[in-house]
Parts: sequence; structure tokens; C-alpha cells
Amino acid sequence: MIEKTEYQKYVNKTVPRTQELKTLLTAFISGGIICMIGEGILDLYTYTLPMLGQEEIATLTTITLIFIGGFLTAVGLYDKLGRHCGAGTIIPITGFANSIVSPAIEFNREGVFQGVMSKMFDIAGPVIVSGVTMSAIIGIIFYLIEVFA
Amino acid sequence: MSKKRGNQTFVIESDISIKNTYSIAGPEEGEGSFKDYYDYLLDDDLWECKSYEKAEIKIHKEVIDGVLKKEYLTHRNIDCIFGGDLLNQIISSSFSAREFEVPFIGLYGACSTFGESLAVASMIMDGDNMQRIVCATSSHFGTAERQYRFPLELGTQPTPTSQWTITGAGAVLLERNSGDYPKIKSVTIGKVIDYEISDAANMGAAMAPAAYDTIYTHLRDMNRTPDYYDMIITGDLGKYGLDLLKHFAEVDGLVTENIFDDCGARIYTSNQNCGQGGSGAGCSAIVYSAYLHKELLAKKLHKILLVPTGALLSRLSTMQGESIPAIAHAIDIEI
Repeated sequence: MIEKTEYQKYVNKTVPRTQELKTLLTAFISGGIICMIGEGILDLYTYTLPMLGQEEIATLTTITLIFIGGFLTAVGLYDKLGRHCGAGTIIPITGFANSIVSPAIEFNREGVFQGVMSKMFDIAGPVIVSGVTMSAIIGIIFYLIEVFA
Repeated sequence: MSKKRGNQTFVIESDISIKNTYSIAGPEEGEGSFKDYYDYLLDDDLWECKSYEKAEIKIHKEVIDGVLKKEYLTHRNIDCIFGGDLLNQIISSSFSAREFEVPFIGLYGACSTFGESLAVASMIMDGDNMQRIVCATSSHFGTAERQYRFPLELGTQPTPTSQWTITGAGAVLLERNSGDYPKIKSVTIGKVIDYEISDAANMGAAMAPAAYDTIYTHLRDMNRTPDYYDMIITGDLGKYGLDLLKHFAEVDGLVTENIFDDCGARIYTSNQNCGQGGSGAGCSAIVYSAYLHKELLAKKLHKILLVPTGALLSRLSTMQGESIPAIAHAIDIEI
């Protein structure tokens, strides 16, 4: 029988690998399309809601994209998109919505408290924790730069 | 009484037949290679239940019921139910067994459970302890995904080596002295083998060494060559895992051409986009119950070595950086 180390080498050599050119391209294009849709929504709000400031419109656009991501997850389309688009649908904010809505749907059967509420951050939790931590650290750095510079 | 041969093989000396089988398969499997062979096909993998777990329990219960009905038996006619599945605390098997007032032995060997239950059941019957046993195992895509991987609706991209947990269950009825049916002639109980593959999305590579170790030991213990069998079929190595298994065999100079095969690699057609193929405790169970058993009855196959394979990992062991130990049991079925 083949030895362990020899086997590991053989597996490393023969294992089917991700076709990176293909996945990178589909991710680039699909992610780009989502961002273009976002830009379109931003323009739409800018023209239809002239009373709002730039920041409010940006917030509104983000909320709309999150809604679209959550909605497509709920009707069972986002995972099908994700199978083909990979990072293209994970990285934009729609992917973030998907990562919260999908466990919420999944654990609905275990009840509202133990299920939905505690499990909905299963996937997105690390992103939120690292995001908050990083922004705090960067905030402190900026503060120190402002004080001393 | 069974006689031990070599280190791990037990020859079953009494006449123990696999008298009948019953299989239920999910919608994806219903479009696969064996779509015309299953006894019952689900249009919807929830099967009117409120959760996938409840659906799997129902599937598991219905296959046991199904095999009994085919033989015009009731639960009173069987001595014991053997079964297992992939869920924590094997709830599909034990919850379905509560519907029958029959002794129950729950087993866990991950996806090798079907082989484990056939091996244990046939040895117990060979010891003249029981006359009729039903062995059933099940798995469900929805329940396995959430337990081992991610929520179903999460937009993840499968890696090229990943496999698709099958939805379905298979049950077989073992009986003593029942005539011209496929018979269990010998069993080889596998060892836990760990070749330190730690990619949980590459189960084929993790299980291939265990599968080969069991097949090799079986052939050595029984003093046979692979061509003694019409088919040596593993449980759920998948296409890549099957290639690795053949590589093992070829290095040792064994003939694999037209003999080695894999249930998982066969269950879906190539345009179904299911990665390396099927996996799960139900995989070898439904392929045997639906396809192999009928081929044996029709005498298209005469001697097969069924080798269900299991990866003995849990989500926690993967998160703690452990590699994936695996096991395989060989069941020699002849008619």
C-alpha cells in the first residue's frame, strides 16, 4: 500500500483545481454588474429625490441593495447565482444580506429566539466583529495622527 | 457460526439472503442514472414535512415500511431493525424506529453505515440469534448541508472536489434460508485509516486509503484477486476518489479495469452538475437497493463486493484542525 507522505504528494499533484481564470472573470463581471445596478439606483434616487443630500442617497442605495439581496435569498435565487458567480455575489453588500438572511431562514424551524435570533449572525458574525474592531483601531490611529500632527 | 479468516474477514456460513429491498430517492436523484430503478421518487425534498429533519425521518420510516409491505410482512415478523444516518445522535434512524415496536440497534459509521449494518446484522444472524432483520440507512441533502456545511440559501461556490449529499434511503430485508436470492457470503470489517487529508471538501481523497485497505485486506484474507468479483463497488468516493482508489490498486499490481466502481460516482449523470458525485449514508443504500440488487436478481451480476465508505469527521473536528479519519467495510454478496 502507498505510504502516507507519498499519497499526500500524489493527491496534491492530481487533485482537480479551481479554474481560476474562469472563476475570476465571472466574479469580476457579476460583481461589476451588481455595482452597476447600485450606481443606477443611486442615479435614480439622485434625480427623483432632489431634496435628499448625497449621504442620505448613498444610505438609501445601500438599503435598497440589502433589500434586493435579502429578497433574492428569500425566494431561493441568490444561492443559485452564488454557485456560478462566487466572490462576485459574496463581496458586494447583497452578499452580506444573503449571509444574514440565509441562516435566518434555515434556523427558523428551531424557533425565534434559539433559532433565528441567535443563528442569523452565524456566517456574518466574523465580518461584523472584524469590521467593528478594525474601524475602532483605525479610528484611534486617525485620532492619534490628528492630535500629534 | 461465522469463521474468522485472516485478520478482519468473517465468512458467513449459514444461508443469509438479502430477500428484498426498498428505496426512496429525492428529486435530484430522480433525474440521475438510476431514475428508473427507485421504488419511490419524491417531487419535493420536504415531503409535506415542516423541516428537512422531519422529512428524513419520514423517508427512513417509509423505506422500512416499504420493504416489509413488499414481502407482506408486518413489524411483528422481524426481530430487529438496524440503521443509521448522518445526523447528530442519529435521530432519523431512532425516531423512525419509534414508529415500530421492534428492537432497534442504531449504528454510526458516517456514510459507511450501510455496510456496517449489513456486516453486523449478517454476523448476528449467522450466530443463529435472529431470523429476520431490516437494515436501513438514510441521508438528506438539506439536513447534511446545514449540519456539516452552510445554510442552503447561502450563495457559496462548491470546490471542484466537493460532493453532493444524496436525499434518500434504502432498506434491505435479511432472511435465513429463503432460496434463490443474493446472499451475504463474507464480510470484512474495516479499520479506521487516516492519511492526514484535512480538506473537508475532498472526502474522496480522505476515504480512498480506507477503502483500499479494506478491499486489499478482504482479497488477502479470502485469498482472491479482484476478478473474482464482477464488480467491486465503493460507497461514495466520487469520481476523483475512485481514481485514487484505482491508483492504489494499480501500484500494487491489481487489475481494476471494468471491476472497480463507485456508487457516488455513478448516481448522477454528468450533466447534473453535482461535483464529484453523490455522498451520504443513503448513497450506497439506495444504489444497492435500487440498482445492484435488481442486477443480482436478474443474474447480470453474480458476485459483487460492496464497500461503503465513511469519513468520520465532525464540524468541530474540522474547526479544530484535525485531519479526516475514514473507514470502509466490505460485504461480499453473491447469487
